[in-house]
Amino acid sequence: MSMSGTVLPPRPVVEARDLWKSFDGGRIPVIRGADLAVAPGEIVALWGSSGSGKSTLLHLLSGLDTPDSGTVSILGLDPFREENRLRLRRTGLGFVFQLHHLVPDLTVEENLRLPAVAAGAAREETTRRIAELVGQVGLGERINHRVQDLSGGERQRVAICRALVNRPRIVFADEPTGSLDEATADAVFAGFCGLARQEGIAVVVATHEKRFLSACHRVVRVQEGRAVIQ
Amino acid sequence: MSDFLRIIWVNVRRHRLRALISVAGIAFGVAAMLTIVSIVLGAVSMFQDILSNESHFIVFEKDVSDLFFSSVVGEEVEALRKLPNVATVDPMLVGIVSSPGHPIITCFGVEAGDARLRKARWIAGSASGFDSEKETVYIGVRAAEFLKAAPGDRVPIGKATFRVGGIFKTGNGFEDGGVFMPLPLAQTFFHRPDVVSLATVRLQDPDDGKAFQKAVSRAFPGLVAMEDREFNRNYSQFKILTMTSWTVGLFSFLLGGMGVANTMLMSVFARIREIAVLRVCGFSKTQVAGIVLGEAALLSAVGTVLGFAIGLAGLAAMGAVPQLQGYVQADVRPAILGAIGLVAFLTAVGGALYPAWFASRIEPASALRFE
Repeated sequence: MSMSGTVLPPRPVVEARDLWKSFDGGRIPVIRGADLAVAPGEIVALWGSSGSGKSTLLHLLSGLDTPDSGTVSILGLDPFREENRLRLRRTGLGFVFQLHHLVPDLTVEENLRLPAVAAGAAREETTRRIAELVGQVGLGERINHRVQDLSGGERQRVAICRALVNRPRIVFADEPTGSLDEATADAVFAGFCGLARQEGIAVVVATHEKRFLSACHRVVRVQEGRAVIQ
Repeated sequence: MSDFLRIIWVNVRRHRLRALISVAGIAFGVAAMLTIVSIVLGAVSMFQDILSNESHFIVFEKDVSDLFFSSVVGEEVEALRKLPNVATVDPMLVGIVSSPGHPIITCFGVEAGDARLRKARWIAGSASGFDSEKETVYIGVRAAEFLKAAPGDRVPIGKATFRVGGIFKTGNGFEDGGVFMPLPLAQTFFHRPDVVSLATVRLQDPDDGKAFQKAVSRAFPGLVAMEDREFNRNYSQFKILTMTSWTVGLFSFLLGGMGVANTMLMSVFARIREIAVLRVCGFSKTQVAGIVLGEAALLSAVGTVLGFAIGLAGLAAMGAVPQLQGYVQADVRPAILGAIGLVAFLTAVGGALYPAWFASRIEPASALRFE
């Protein structure tokens, strides 16, 4: 609410302006002048064919990669400064990748503790949070199992939980179901979006799967390095 | 903190074979250093014990690099006895000979009243006839074992044979594996008439040692008097032996350190994406480096404990080998164990510095770009 009583749109949690990115010393331009803003709690799909640049755009939006030019603001902070990067990754952001990248010899619980260990979170609070998350994704029984004993779908659900442990405001997901069979992928994606909605987390998900788009609030087509709102 | 340690433990356990090779490298380095340093220090300590002989000062020829080449003539020994504040003077001629099948027998030519003879425990016979019985020597308990000699027997020592007058035990490997000879007999045997290697001097008032030192330098320009502790610090042979042992030990450690460096580098290369995800999860560069260094420290700790076990077992085994004639009398001091442990830790962590630096610089975007 403004001073005059009019309702202002919520401030974007992610805001990118005129992003450019190329590889191989500028010979391979991938992102060419992309703009995007993501509102709190909004689920945005970056959709495009393989090689369209959606993963690169996701990396730029999340601060994982630096643009050649242009600006990104996440929760009002410049993610390319080391001190902001650590702060954001520890408390504001979560990431899910196509491969789960869990530590195979650790149990589900130990893997889920990793972000909390990095952030120095209280152990008891983390234990409660982990129990809550694994219960919601149906892995409560497997919390003490080593991840190498889990199925692909279960591992990806653990990876999603890991992204949510520190109660982030935004989760960036890069083809989070890309390594799963169709039925498992549908279940995992639905569960992921359900959790995000329930916790009011904004999600930016890069996907080439058309069937997931209906679960998102907004679809941004990545085409020739530009973000085109659908 | 416990979660952090758990990550370190799991990472090490994941690559068991690699970790074991690294641990073995450190363990052998520790064992080599412990064995070499302890044996050398033990030998030095035994030699110091022989030289000190309940005395305050050692008098020997100035500027000789090795006491075996030092010459103090009989006239000088007698003059030393007449200096003020001198209680006793024990001259000693040291020589090394071999006998069939036994390459080293240390011979100590001493006088009948020498403190070494008094403090020895006599296993058979006694020193009562020392200096009065002709062609008679007194042998250490280990020498008696390997020469298979009993009092009254004749034993070959060098080019001569001597009658055994008694068998003693002092607890010092050189003495127990060696021979005490009456000084005149030793001087004849070693072709050094009226010469001794050194004289140990006991003062009536040890606090007035400076005056004794000045008196010696004034009266005998060719001799030097050193306090036992000063001698132990400055005697070049001790310094060379000690430096050599530490240097050889350090080189064996470098090999162990390279093993750790290789293991850690392989380990980091094998989990670049995993480390990238840790960075994405909020681990700082320092935390990532800490994990790698922690793994190296764990390998080093296990390797050090194992190395101490191997080294101590090796020393015990060497001490029991009859062929070594009791010369291996390891001197294992807590300070040496601490120093070796510290060197092992620094070598292992030093070897992990580059892998840790490499790991801390892994950028998630490039590591995860091609999945």
